[in-house]
Amino acid sequence: MSAPRRDPSRLRPYGDKWNDGVVQVSFTLPLPHSGLAIEAAKRYAGKMGIRDPYVTLAQPVAPEFTFFIVYGKAVHEVDATAISAEEAAAPDLGREEIDAEIAKRFGRRLVVLGCALESDAHTVGIDAIFNPKGFAGDYGLERYAGFDARNLGAQVPVERLVRLARDAKADAILVSATVTQNEIHVRHLTDLVDMLEAERLRDDLILVAGGARLDHALAKELGYDAGFGPGTTPGRVAAFLLEEMTRRRAGPGPS
Amino acid sequence: MPPKLGLSAERIENCRRLAGKVADGVRRETEPFTTVSTERAVLRLLGVDGVDEQDVPIPNRVVESLRATGKLARGAAVWLGSALAAGDSGPTEAARRLSDPSQAKGISEHPRWREALAPLVASTLGRIRGNAAERRRRLAAHPPDEEPLLYAIVATGNIYEDIIQAEAAARAGAQCIAVIRSTAQSLLDHVPHGATTSGFGGTFATQENFRLMRAALDRIEPEIGRSVRLVNYCSGLCMPEIAAMGAFERLDMMLNDALYGIIFRDINPFRTLIDQNFSRRINAAAGIVINTGEDNYLTTADAVEQAPAVLASQFINERLALDAGLERWQIGLGHAFEIDPELEDGLLLEIAQAEAAREIFTESPLKYMPPTKHMTGNVLRGYQQNALFVLTSVATGQSIHLLGMLTEALHTPLLSDRWLAIDQAKTIRTNARHLSEEIAFAPHGRIVRRAHEVLEGAEALLERIAGQGLFDALASGVFADTRRPRESGRGREGVVERHPEYSNPFREAWDREPAGAAS
Repeated sequence: MSAPRRDPSRLRPYGDKWNDGVVQVSFTLPLPHSGLAIEAAKRYAGKMGIRDPYVTLAQPVAPEFTFFIVYGKAVHEVDATAISAEEAAAPDLGREEIDAEIAKRFGRRLVVLGCALESDAHTVGIDAIFNPKGFAGDYGLERYAGFDARNLGAQVPVERLVRLARDAKADAILVSATVTQNEIHVRHLTDLVDMLEAERLRDDLILVAGGARLDHALAKELGYDAGFGPGTTPGRVAAFLLEEMTRRRAGPGPS
Repeated sequence: MPPKLGLSAERIENCRRLAGKVADGVRRETEPFTTVSTERAVLRLLGVDGVDEQDVPIPNRVVESLRATGKLARGAAVWLGSALAAGDSGPTEAARRLSDPSQAKGISEHPRWREALAPLVASTLGRIRGNAAERRRRLAAHPPDEEPLLYAIVATGNIYEDIIQAEAAARAGAQCIAVIRSTAQSLLDHVPHGATTSGFGGTFATQENFRLMRAALDRIEPEIGRSVRLVNYCSGLCMPEIAAMGAFERLDMMLNDALYGIIFRDINPFRTLIDQNFSRRINAAAGIVINTGEDNYLTTADAVEQAPAVLASQFINERLALDAGLERWQIGLGHAFEIDPELEDGLLLEIAQAEAAREIFTESPLKYMPPTKHMTGNVLRGYQQNALFVLTSVATGQSIHLLGMLTEALHTPLLSDRWLAIDQAKTIRTNARHLSEEIAFAPHGRIVRRAHEVLEGAEALLERIAGQGLFDALASGVFADTRRPRESGRGREGVVERHPEYSNPFREAWDREPAGAAS
């Protein structure tokens, strides 16, 4: 027996051995519970690239609906050596270091506005980044000496946010997007970019989006400077703001 | 259930006394005023409905027109009654005339306006009483519901899709179905009209949507052998109008909390406390169980630190509700299971809070809300947190249990998410059926000590609020670390000082004959 060959260019899920491809999926089919429904679930799993699908649960959840949990072995591979996943650049600095660097580099507090937009009533995300208590043991931006951090709360109209950003001479805007029904969060996020551009404010601001369904790549695509997904600590956002402000002040250059 | 925490009856009594002082202050300050939404609700209760060609509701048109002509301070009913007494055929025709300022201006007070309104008032009071009786009849036709009542939400944005999901949830065991509103609705100063199929994070509360869902739940009642309670949101800028719609369409429960709107939707405190009073009067008459929103304080601020604020707010909400004519069985005081699951003994603190609420508000149906703040996207951990939540709910005798979703914060609930939550709650409710009867707490233990601390903290906070008055206390950020000055926030412009001869025939009827008949 030799050690398994670990080839990241042919990556599959790991169940209990290298490249066995074991996955668990769950889904609901709009079929009454029956042998036919179970067979349909297996076929569906097969089309998802799952070999030997093993239906461990076929649960009627309504007269016309059955919920399945399926285990099996996925045949697909990805080449992990050919992927790059961009993340917002953020130096590994603590709160005191960030405060000290802001004082040293800018000699003033950076004005940061945060909110959820329009119909989005969720404050959990923006609160986690702003509230002094912060998130996962990491203090929020309001605790930093280096930031004049203003949490505007939820359901802030785009127009009002743009006006407040202008009046406050904001250095950065952080938008939390939680509601994801019908991709509505994407529309509000792009509305903000459009209005900032129309008001010629976009280049004067660092624009950051965060939320359960966001990542850096999507945020960049929407015209933001950075995006942060779930689990992001306030410290990481703070470090990014420091880095990006510094980069901008240095002026355009090789990036 | 005998009390287990040894809470001081004198201290609880003192909290109630202080809450009474707070409520008296609110009443003194708000009594001389009415609001545009209160007057629109009066019009709806008098049979004014529908929208104009721009989809503006007729009640809004009439109230704007009365306001523009300086007539609103007397109360919309005076003018509707005058138009009828002067010969208009019914509320629709009268409203059409009143909605045109040039015509409204010419309508003067008719000496027989009260007589002209009397049949409409009597008919509406009869309809509301009839709906309350119908609810009692349906509930009595089946075995008593097991508690805690399992409360599931639907939120597709499309009322017809909501019905499919609601029926599935009801068949699976849900006892209450809440149709989450479109998130922007609380800030609309009008109520949308008709059946709606697109919303954001929820479905618009319209009278037609209420009717459609009510009919669907009634339809499956014989099949499942239970009457399913229908819940909606009587909060935001249109509290009294939504109460009127709910009373007409036989809803069973309403979220109904001004403090929620003040703190989380930045609605003007003055406006919404006036609105709340009339909406609660309607709910009282309709036999609706209200749910209050204290749970929300915990999602924004720290749940351990905010526990006394939750309890203090429950005392205040109880008093404001009683003053509006609601009986204790109708006052579903809210709280939540929001403590960080990584905190050592956090579960003990949850049990202390839930048990204390149960022992203090013995006759009220407590509304217990699930973990949301510490739901991380790890759905398996979330399912485990929800299990602890159900166990706490069962062990402390909570009444209305809002089912937590394992995918909380990820997306609106999938059909399967809801089924998993119902299955979990049913299993634990049965599996731990008589646990509460077997529990005695260590007399000087952590749970008892915590409950005493929270009650003492609530008393101190109530002292402060009673001293300042609720409006100044809100301005100083007493709840959820959020400051809400009296004159700030949305909807302030909708407050109108009453004329000395102001009239609201429904308030007057319920003042004469308290709504206790609804029980």
